[in-house]
Amino acid sequence: MSLHCRNSLLAFALVALLAGCNREERNSRGKPLAETAPGMVTPDTILPGNARPSAPDPRAAQYENNAPSISQGQTLFAQMNCSGCHSHGGGGMGPALMDAKWRYGGRMDQIVASIAEGRPNGMPAWRGKLTEQQMWQIAAYVRTLSGQERKDAVSARADEMSNTPPQTQIEREPIESAESGQQ
Amino acid sequence: MTRLAHRLIALPLGFLSACAGNQNAMGGQGLESANFIVLFLVFLAVCAVMYLLVLAGLGIALRRRRDAGQANSVDEDRHEETSARTKVALIVWTGLVTVGLTILTVASFFSDRSNASSTRRSGLALTITGNQWWWNVQYDTSDPSASVRTANEIHLPVNVPVHVTLKSNDVIHSFWVPNLAGKQDLIPGRQTDIELLPRRTGVFHGQCAEFCGVQHTRMALDVIVEPLDDFRRWYAQQLATAPAPTTRLQMAGYRYFVTRECSSCHNVAGSPAGGQIGPDLTHVASRRSIGAGTLPLNRGNLYGWIADPQSHKPGSRMPTIPMEPRDLHSLVAYIETLK
Amino acid sequence: MSSALEKAKAPPADVPRDGPGLSGPVLEARLARTWGRPRGLIGWLSSVDHKDIGRRYIVTALTFLALAGALALIMRLQLAKPENDLVGAARYNEIFTMHGTTMMFLFAVPVMQGVQIYLTPLMIGTRAMAFPRLTAVSFYLYLAGGCLLWVAFILNIAPDIGWFAYPPLSGPQYGVGKRPDIWAQMVTFTEVASLAAAVTLIATILKQRAPGMSLARMPLYVWTTLVTSLMVVFSMPAVALASSLLLSDRLVGTHFYNPAEGGDALLWQHLFWFFGHPEVYIIFLPATGFVSEIVATFSRRSIVFYPVVVLSVVATGILAFGLWVHHMFATGLPRVGYSFYTAASISVSIPTALQIFCWIATLWEGRPRLQVPLLYVIGFIITFVIGGLTGVMIAAVPLDLQLHDTYFIVAHFHYVLIGGAVFPLLGAITYWFPKFTGRMMSEKIGKLGFWMLFLGFQLAFFPMHVAGIYGMPRRVYTYPAGMGLEWPNLLSSLGSLVVALAVLLFVLNMVRSALGGRRAAANPWDGSSLEWATQSPPADYNFAHIPVVESRAPLWGSRDHLPVVHGLRVDDRELLLTTVMDAVPDVREPSAQPSPWPFISSVAISVMFIGSILSPWALVVGAIPATIAMAAWFWPKGPPELEPTIS
Repeated sequence: MSLHCRNSLLAFALVALLAGCNREERNSRGKPLAETAPGMVTPDTILPGNARPSAPDPRAAQYENNAPSISQGQTLFAQMNCSGCHSHGGGGMGPALMDAKWRYGGRMDQIVASIAEGRPNGMPAWRGKLTEQQMWQIAAYVRTLSGQERKDAVSARADEMSNTPPQTQIEREPIESAESGQQ
Repeated sequence: MTRLAHRLIALPLGFLSACAGNQNAMGGQGLESANFIVLFLVFLAVCAVMYLLVLAGLGIALRRRRDAGQANSVDEDRHEETSARTKVALIVWTGLVTVGLTILTVASFFSDRSNASSTRRSGLALTITGNQWWWNVQYDTSDPSASVRTANEIHLPVNVPVHVTLKSNDVIHSFWVPNLAGKQDLIPGRQTDIELLPRRTGVFHGQCAEFCGVQHTRMALDVIVEPLDDFRRWYAQQLATAPAPTTRLQMAGYRYFVTRECSSCHNVAGSPAGGQIGPDLTHVASRRSIGAGTLPLNRGNLYGWIADPQSHKPGSRMPTIPMEPRDLHSLVAYIETLK
Repeated sequence: MSSALEKAKAPPADVPRDGPGLSGPVLEARLARTWGRPRGLIGWLSSVDHKDIGRRYIVTALTFLALAGALALIMRLQLAKPENDLVGAARYNEIFTMHGTTMMFLFAVPVMQGVQIYLTPLMIGTRAMAFPRLTAVSFYLYLAGGCLLWVAFILNIAPDIGWFAYPPLSGPQYGVGKRPDIWAQMVTFTEVASLAAAVTLIATILKQRAPGMSLARMPLYVWTTLVTSLMVVFSMPAVALASSLLLSDRLVGTHFYNPAEGGDALLWQHLFWFFGHPEVYIIFLPATGFVSEIVATFSRRSIVFYPVVVLSVVATGILAFGLWVHHMFATGLPRVGYSFYTAASISVSIPTALQIFCWIATLWEGRPRLQVPLLYVIGFIITFVIGGLTGVMIAAVPLDLQLHDTYFIVAHFHYVLIGGAVFPLLGAITYWFPKFTGRMMSEKIGKLGFWMLFLGFQLAFFPMHVAGIYGMPRRVYTYPAGMGLEWPNLLSSLGSLVVALAVLLFVLNMVRSALGGRRAAANPWDGSSLEWATQSPPADYNFAHIPVVESRAPLWGSRDHLPVVHGLRVDDRELLLTTVMDAVPDVREPSAQPSPWPFISSVAISVMFIGSILSPWALVVGAIPATIAMAAWFWPKGPPELEPTIS
């Protein structure tokens, strides 16, 4: 492991200790009123006229780096058979989720939009089939596959056959813009 | 055991089971639980005798009168002397304890063997899979089309031995219906089993008996022991697929059920809703409780549960689905047809 | 070489030693200077005096007792009525986990070890423990582990997986967040601390007894200390291994407890209970030592059949290792194997039954004085035997399969732990309070507190037997109405309030007596063992001259004078080591000076352990300061002086 990686891990450790409260927050209900999963979020990062990309959805902070959300997302990933197309992050019929290429964006709200709306070439639309809270939880888990979340919020493995490197050891991938995913 | 002994034991057993509730180790309505009561009473008797002997010894030791003439301090020359009677008493006590404990051990072995050999004839076979925090129940038959899948409720015919295979999908649970038998753990990665032989009809209650997470408290199950004909009737009804909805409200509920979140997790046989993750709901309205014993099943509780399961069983896997009131009305109307 | 040997044969004439030429107040002043503790905060942190460490252990453990007891009150308030909503499900799970973990890991074993650390050198007639700095590290690591757990509770990240943390619930998938890691690392801290204390106790008992105190003349409390310390050495590594494997699964994704990859959820249970069952005897056997000492003193005679009591303690210690599967009777292991564990679990009560006979026979043959310590012993006998008998019941597989994981078990273990360990502990605190503090505890308040505790305990815990039989499982935050559980739970909750008041009364008695109680002489109870020959409280050097022991009850045999040996150095810390079996004087050995390095090492090790909860690299990076601190600690002091052998 590179020196940079190790140092950032240790830095994470210190921050994690202090930020422990947020990591362990349990919220079993979600918002009582109907949430709307973001559907109009563009995955583009280069916009005409030097416009800024939209601000990240504030709801993301509640689910990112939150251990119960990531754990529930992991359970839902298995139960909704996401691995049927995406395997356990390596991709198959569906694109890989553990690499740096995000065709439709790798931010939390962009991932939730992909789950809710479905995407061309086979991604089903889950809006109405999963609650918004569940989609946010899955998105939080999906982001851990490429190491985006803090390592102290992630569980090292699931209680199943080993199919990924331990998630506490995954190096953080950059999130490359959609355009670079063109072939 | 002799017939007389059986009758002698049956009398207090009957008395005890009359007092016992429906989740009670003194119920004795199954073979194993009846053996438990007998063995428990044997142990209680022997242990009570030993305890009274200890108390008597202690009491006499403290109350004995001793020579008033002795000084208040230690007798330096004789503080280590022990009378010969005490030596004999030690040997007698050791013998008594050993004999008593041997009797108890042997009684325990006999009871254990009796439980193990209880089901020689083949009867019913079930597979129960534990999940956080509900019970998946499957009646195993050689013909798969005759196999019933239900959740959180078991019907058993009286006097028919039942072999239950126990598995777990996530963490360690424990299947425990005290009126019928002792408990057995459900351990992921392993298969355990338990034999039941219900001897009396009744409605009994079981509960998970191994801490399994935040809603371990709300992981109960109903066990209905009934005459064989009633059981067959119930079984045939469970095999049937769900009836088609008739009223407009029910149809709206059906549409919601099969197109929205419900069908992601739940299964209603005969409809497009085929989710295998949550409890089977094909005949949910025929059950006694909702949410693995969380609420008794009635219209009001159905409304409350479907509207917000997290307020009744916070942390459970069923999410609170924000819905319009008319959706709630139609869903409850539809669910109530699932008898 | 030969000249050095020759020099060694003759004692250096210029070193001051205690003897006929140097005794009395002059000797005491010089010894006080040599064995005194340095002043100030650094001095406090550098102390290696076993009395200091023992006192700190006891005060810390009693604080944790109070904290865990408060949690128990909250649980009982929640359970007082059915469908109560005082405490929610998740919070309740945290509370019972914290209650069990604190009581077992942070109170029961440490308080017993703390009393052992305080009393053992006094009872065997020596001035220090064998490894004084290791004892200091033991305390600091224990304190660090306890603080880790309770700071986590205050920060709302307390573990919620039960005090025995079964995987897969505590595993990486279902044990969410860092809560189980905090639990597992706390176990590492307390296990290392216990091992360190046990090792030094064994060495002290085997090698530092006063001349003439053969193994057959050791006080019974010292015997229980020896046996439990050996039990700690053999059982604690099992739980340390189990928790380390769990930490490894959770931190780096190993598969020890993952059945899908060849691991086994039952591996945890075997490892944990291999430790867990001996642990309850580690808690219970020192209590039997307390009882033996108190019964002898308050019956005004020696314990009847000393060899029987010793052999019972040893037999219990050995047999305790063969019982652990009785915690796993519901897991589906082969029934034939279970029969063995039923027989073993039932037979372990035979040595204890013999001990109870010996205690009652001692009271019978003696002239009992019904003062507070003896009252606690009587309460112990009445209460513990009930717990032992319910233990015999649940040793039988058919009974256990109904009663396992119900409130019957909760009743059983509270009867044996509170009745069997806490009652003797409170009696022992009352008994040795004059020795620890130089003041007597109030007899009137003591009696009132005893009766409140005894009756409150029965009220609180006896109905739990009924609740368990009536179908109430463990670890539930509520129960439905109509199961017949209302009145047992209400009675238990009322009883728990009485118990809380009684404990509060005891603590108030301690505090009030420590500040202004009646002053005590050296031997206020007319005890027979060597600690009563020291001052109250003992001077830093314990004994002005090392005593010689000629019987099992040295202070009863030699009332007017206690024979002593002369010849230990006065200007430096020196101990007399004797042989293991017959305590014939063997060599003189220097004893460690006070040092801040044990404290600094503990801090470094704590940082390493706590960091490793979050990242495995903390073990590597944290090892550096730990190594530096320990190197400074062990740095050699200079060429050792040759001490003359004792002929």
